[in-house]
Amino acid sequence: MMEINKFVLAVITTNPKKVPSGAAVFHCEDKREMEVIATNLEAILDGIAHMLTEEMYVIVRH
Amino acid sequence: MNEYIYPVVLGVIVGTLTRIYMLRTDYRQYPTYLHGKIIHIALGFIAAGLGSVAIPSIMEEDFTAITFLTVAASQFREVRNMERNTLTELDSYEMVPRGRTYIEGIAIAFESRNYLVMFTSLITTLFYLLFNLWVAIIAAAIAVVLSKVMMSGGKLSDIVEIKYVKPHFDGAGLYVDNIYIMNIGLPERQEEILKYGMGFILVPKNFNVNTTIANLGQRQAILHDVSTALGVVTDSGAPALVPLAKRDLDDGRVGVFILPQERTVEKAIKVIGGVPTLENAIKMPKEMHVPK
Repeated sequence: MMEINKFVLAVITTNPKKVPSGAAVFHCEDKREMEVIATNLEAILDGIAHMLTEEMYVIVRH
Repeated sequence: MNEYIYPVVLGVIVGTLTRIYMLRTDYRQYPTYLHGKIIHIALGFIAAGLGSVAIPSIMEEDFTAITFLTVAASQFREVRNMERNTLTELDSYEMVPRGRTYIEGIAIAFESRNYLVMFTSLITTLFYLLFNLWVAIIAAAIAVVLSKVMMSGGKLSDIVEIKYVKPHFDGAGLYVDNIYIMNIGLPERQEEILKYGMGFILVPKNFNVNTTIANLGQRQAILHDVSTALGVVTDSGAPALVPLAKRDLDDGRVGVFILPQERTVEKAIKVIGGVPTLENAIKMPKEMHVPK
């Protein structure tokens, strides 16, 4: 049986145009704010903050 | 009292002592708990008893008594199951788990050590009955040494060269040498990783080794042993701080990224070199006959 064991828990971005559907998205003003939110979410969600591009982070549970 | 009492008693004593000798607690810290030790000493005693009575029963022409040894075999398979179950249960609470392959290796070792005990007792009793006490003691010593040799497997330092490389970031990607480990997004997490992390490259000495160190169980065993010996900078709520071992697809080298609390390069190299090569991870692709 296939088991899904990686989840995108949240997306944090500064670019409103590049927002995926189907995930919790946090819009941020700038990079600084994005990092702060990503740090907190990482701690809260027990996931890892991965950088996709300079303007987008995802929190993934492994 | 009959003529077999002394040989059997000696066989049982030597066998039990062999088990105790093989039950030393090492850096793997297993089994540390007293009850675990008692279980294994008791089973070793039973194994010694079974090994000792085999020869006298043959001498009495009581051949059916030998079938008792089959009971012993199934008994000790049970030991393997017991160890496997206990360790698997406990593994989920380890900071850096041992992994199934390592557990299976330990479980097999526990089973086979009982057979070594039986062998030692059998040899001791046999030589006592054939010759005398002194010959039996010498034979027992040889059997113990043999058991010791058979018990210890290979080490990683026999099959790979270990080199220290400082881990670095390329964008968000963490690398050990040119081997990609994982993506770490947050700058402060990256700083932590550079501060605490160490990287090692395992270069296989031949092609067979390639598959051995590619084995995920073997890699997990390395991470577990290093984390046990040198400590690990991580906690349950910090999944970004995790030791990992990844492979270079090009040439089969393995990049090991660890987060030890004690960051001494020489010591870490020694610890990695001392990791046992797991029996279940060893493959011999070179032995396969492929027409040229």
